[in-house]
Amino acid sequence: MLEKLIFEKSSPGRTAYSLPECDVPVEANPPNYRRAGDHTSIPIPERFLRKNMAELPEVAEIDIVRHFTRLSQLNFSVDTNFYPLGSCTMKYNPKVNEDVSRYEGFLNLHPYQSQEQCQGILQILYELEEILIEICGMEAFTLQPAAGAHGEFIGMLISHAYHVKNGRRRSKIIIPDSAHGTNPASASMCGFDIVEIKSNSQGLIDLETLKKSMDNDVAALMLTNPNTLGLFEKDILKIAEIVHDAGALLYLDGANMDAMLGIARPGDMGIDILHLNLHKTFSTPHGGGGPGSGPLGVVKRLVPFLPAPRIIKQDNSYEWKYIFPYSIGRVKPFYGNTGVLIRAYAYLVSVGCEGLGKISESALVNANYLSKKLSDYIEIPYGERCMHEFVASTRKLKANGITTLDIAKRLLDYGFHSPTIYFPLIVADALMIEPTDTETRETLDEFAEALIKILEEAKTNPEILKGAPHNTPVSRLDEVQAARKPDLRWKK
Amino acid sequence: MDFPEDLFYTKSHEWVKKEGNNKVRVGITSHAQSELGDVVYVELPDLDKVVKAGGACTVVESVKAAYDIYSPVSGKVIETNNDLENNPQLVNEDPYGKGWFFIIEMEDPQELTKLLSNKDYEELCQTK
Amino acid sequence: MPDKINYTPNTESDIKLMLKEIGVNSIEDLLVDIPEELLCKQINIPSGMSEMELKHSLKSLSDKNANLNKYTSYLGAGAYEHFIPSVVDHLSNRGEFYTCYTPYQPEVSQGTLQGIYEFQSMMCELLAMDVVNASMYDGASALAEAAVLAIRHKQKKNVLVSKAVHPEYREVLSTYLQELDVKLVEIEMEDGITSVSDLKSRIDNNTACVLIQTPNFFGCLEETEELIELTHKNEALFVACVNPMSLGIIKPPGEYGADVAVGDIQALGNYINYGGPHAGFFAVSKELMRKMPGRLAGATTDTKGRRAFTLTLQTREQHIRRGKATSNICTNQQLLALRTCIYLSTLGKAGMIDIGNLNIHKSHYAIDRICELDGIDPLFDKPFFNEFAIKISDNYKIEEINRRLFESGIIGGLDISHFYPDINNAMLLCVTETKTKEDIDELVSAVSNII
Repeated sequence: MLEKLIFEKSSPGRTAYSLPECDVPVEANPPNYRRAGDHTSIPIPERFLRKNMAELPEVAEIDIVRHFTRLSQLNFSVDTNFYPLGSCTMKYNPKVNEDVSRYEGFLNLHPYQSQEQCQGILQILYELEEILIEICGMEAFTLQPAAGAHGEFIGMLISHAYHVKNGRRRSKIIIPDSAHGTNPASASMCGFDIVEIKSNSQGLIDLETLKKSMDNDVAALMLTNPNTLGLFEKDILKIAEIVHDAGALLYLDGANMDAMLGIARPGDMGIDILHLNLHKTFSTPHGGGGPGSGPLGVVKRLVPFLPAPRIIKQDNSYEWKYIFPYSIGRVKPFYGNTGVLIRAYAYLVSVGCEGLGKISESALVNANYLSKKLSDYIEIPYGERCMHEFVASTRKLKANGITTLDIAKRLLDYGFHSPTIYFPLIVADALMIEPTDTETRETLDEFAEALIKILEEAKTNPEILKGAPHNTPVSRLDEVQAARKPDLRWKK
Repeated sequence: MDFPEDLFYTKSHEWVKKEGNNKVRVGITSHAQSELGDVVYVELPDLDKVVKAGGACTVVESVKAAYDIYSPVSGKVIETNNDLENNPQLVNEDPYGKGWFFIIEMEDPQELTKLLSNKDYEELCQTK
Repeated sequence: MPDKINYTPNTESDIKLMLKEIGVNSIEDLLVDIPEELLCKQINIPSGMSEMELKHSLKSLSDKNANLNKYTSYLGAGAYEHFIPSVVDHLSNRGEFYTCYTPYQPEVSQGTLQGIYEFQSMMCELLAMDVVNASMYDGASALAEAAVLAIRHKQKKNVLVSKAVHPEYREVLSTYLQELDVKLVEIEMEDGITSVSDLKSRIDNNTACVLIQTPNFFGCLEETEELIELTHKNEALFVACVNPMSLGIIKPPGEYGADVAVGDIQALGNYINYGGPHAGFFAVSKELMRKMPGRLAGATTDTKGRRAFTLTLQTREQHIRRGKATSNICTNQQLLALRTCIYLSTLGKAGMIDIGNLNIHKSHYAIDRICELDGIDPLFDKPFFNEFAIKISDNYKIEEINRRLFESGIIGGLDISHFYPDINNAMLLCVTETKTKEDIDELVSAVSNII
């Protein structure tokens, strides 16, 4: 065991807090008594009061600080390690954005304060929407969704509402077999039936298959572009035509937007709805699993369906407007993950229009460079050129009994977080690598060197891979035991 | 790999044992459990549930995947294997014995003729 | 001189070298798959700026907001002003915590995973429930997911939700359920709490779940015993949406037999931040463990037998089940859950009781004093935790009162008619441990000057 649980460091009576003495008068003859600490009366009937105390920790402040500081030191993070995770865009999280989003006028602001008291934040949210509209070539955005998957869900609801309003309920969503798992999950949550279509031999959408699957019961095609192989759908305009001819909508999973900033706009490609991941392309931190934000953009004919409320600008002041008769409704209380939105805003106004092109170009150069460096050592099934990420396969190592997982675990020993593994499903034993735009050439060289060494080890010393990782705080975990006999909490 | 002679099989890797009085006992084959890996949980159907041949009625979970198990015949679920709740590994250790899933009272015993014999099933596994 | 912020580190000469290695002449050669007509010439967003200019710009935007450090606020209604101990910021602001990825590779994520396990444990204790997940987007989506769980588990189609549940939560619930084949019905209120008789008339064998919030939107504590009895008698799940800050003193959902408990952890160590990011929690009784959406961290051992933590029961999740997942959730709100974990460690066993006491006493003092004024009465006569509603005589408009209060540096309570149009001239006030006796006395005197 590395670090005891905070509960295991408890000692009865230890405290780490201080609160001011109660300064309001308290009833002399109490109807109820509360034990533990203060014998203060509680003006609430017994039946509403807790019987058994919660066994929360009892520790001193120094122990809390040491405990969590040491826990943090057990983590890899972007601040400490390179994370070439395909589809996640683990780019650098700028510190100035942390500072500015934590100004007290942002942190300590209540969502129900009257609009005159909130003009600063309203201006930011309005301007952020304008910037995203321009970057993507859409008509409007909602900033409400808390994450990409949340945005997808809303996108599906909007698709449905649109078709119903046009007099025909459509029940199917077409999704390529290369799609991210949230795509079919989000569609199902809306009651859609999913039609999966196979990608062609180049890993792209097969136009003939698409034509055959398209009918007037299809609500939308959910697409990722560049796709999860890092390839640009070069027939995108034809795809859009096929979809629109059938009266369906074209949805873009914008997870790979890092490849397109300032280069191409989804709106120009015929995309009708898209979601963005601010915690990917737009540099907001991943937080170990959130919070993120997944703004959803739409074209003109879908604007009436967006969630309410929306910000409008009148002269130089901003306000929330609530009445939108065709809105699909609210998907979040209040307005969205404001703290995350401010960070994305700071990022976009600081890098500016010149910065956009720099970002995508750097992402493309980095990915192609890394791909080229590795191409003599590992199979890269779909080729020569990629956008901001590429997919390799460790299929050939199976002969030595080495799996993709083994490679991933051995990379940890070299101080690199592994790439995304076993995704997309259409490549056997996939290793999806996205270096992002914020890495230096030297880091890429080091990573390539490490991976090449590991591929060599796979032949000469497979045991070291099978037992990897060796240099991390813990070695491989018994996940079977964790699932068979779930131990999900400490108990006294 | 085990292909017991006295059982029927399905294309989706379930085995079926006739147990007199219109009843069949169902589980998954040795081939199936080895493909799945360590079984961590089995979500069995409720008692008295009415199932149709080919309908999904059980979910088997490993660490990395969850698979639907399909009822080989139509009828009513009259017994389920409670041992699997705390001992899912029985599916891996003894798939044809202690790792059974459920017993169905058949609606139409003729449906058994549509199932595969052990030889057909063995062939199916080998062509994969 | 670099006069604009730039995070792409490679220089011109780096790029030249790299292009050579790739085997192309220019970056344009990497764009050959993109149809010519799609390549954009110019994106019309403003030019970038330097770090100094950025800070200046955002500072002036921040200053345009009336922040709660400068005003004394009595707003609650789902976003609460509570004291946040300094250690929470210091520890959660460590880069190793906030810039890391989802802990899919547990060997290098033990910090995050142990944090989740501890969070789960603390919330289980606070809620008196068996299992808690690693957090959801917010309390409203947690409530909606609870309804979905009930519908699937009970295989029934009716969902009953009290009108006293936060209106925006009910809106989100309605949005989530609109495409599923279910019937959403609201239960009437009576005297500020859910009407037991109305529930009785609406509940039947087709009810999958009953959704109640306590304290409810008006701050009133609900009579959970009666409501649960009715719910369970009809074989439905009881879902309690609770304020975790109250649970040091107020009876937790596990003690009254709730099947599912949801709510938001913003009050426990997280900033109000204009409504987000906050984080929802989702707790269930043991039987429902495998039906729960979202992430879970579990304890296990590594190859050397050391205790360690990993994400588990993931097969229910989107990246494996895809179309058949229990939900489509990908992120949780990990950083906020970590902050809550640090907060609960700091307040601890005694602190949650002490802070509960302070909230209760100050809010009860406030309601007594403010209702001494002519023309002001409590809206409901029900026990409450730290929020209550007052009715003001029709001679004075809430909007006007709040405008005048703001001039004296006070942000008054919520005008309830914004959410309940038939409840006129009533204000929802929240008094937490952050208000002193002086603050409250000042509020009363300011109000008395206005009316």
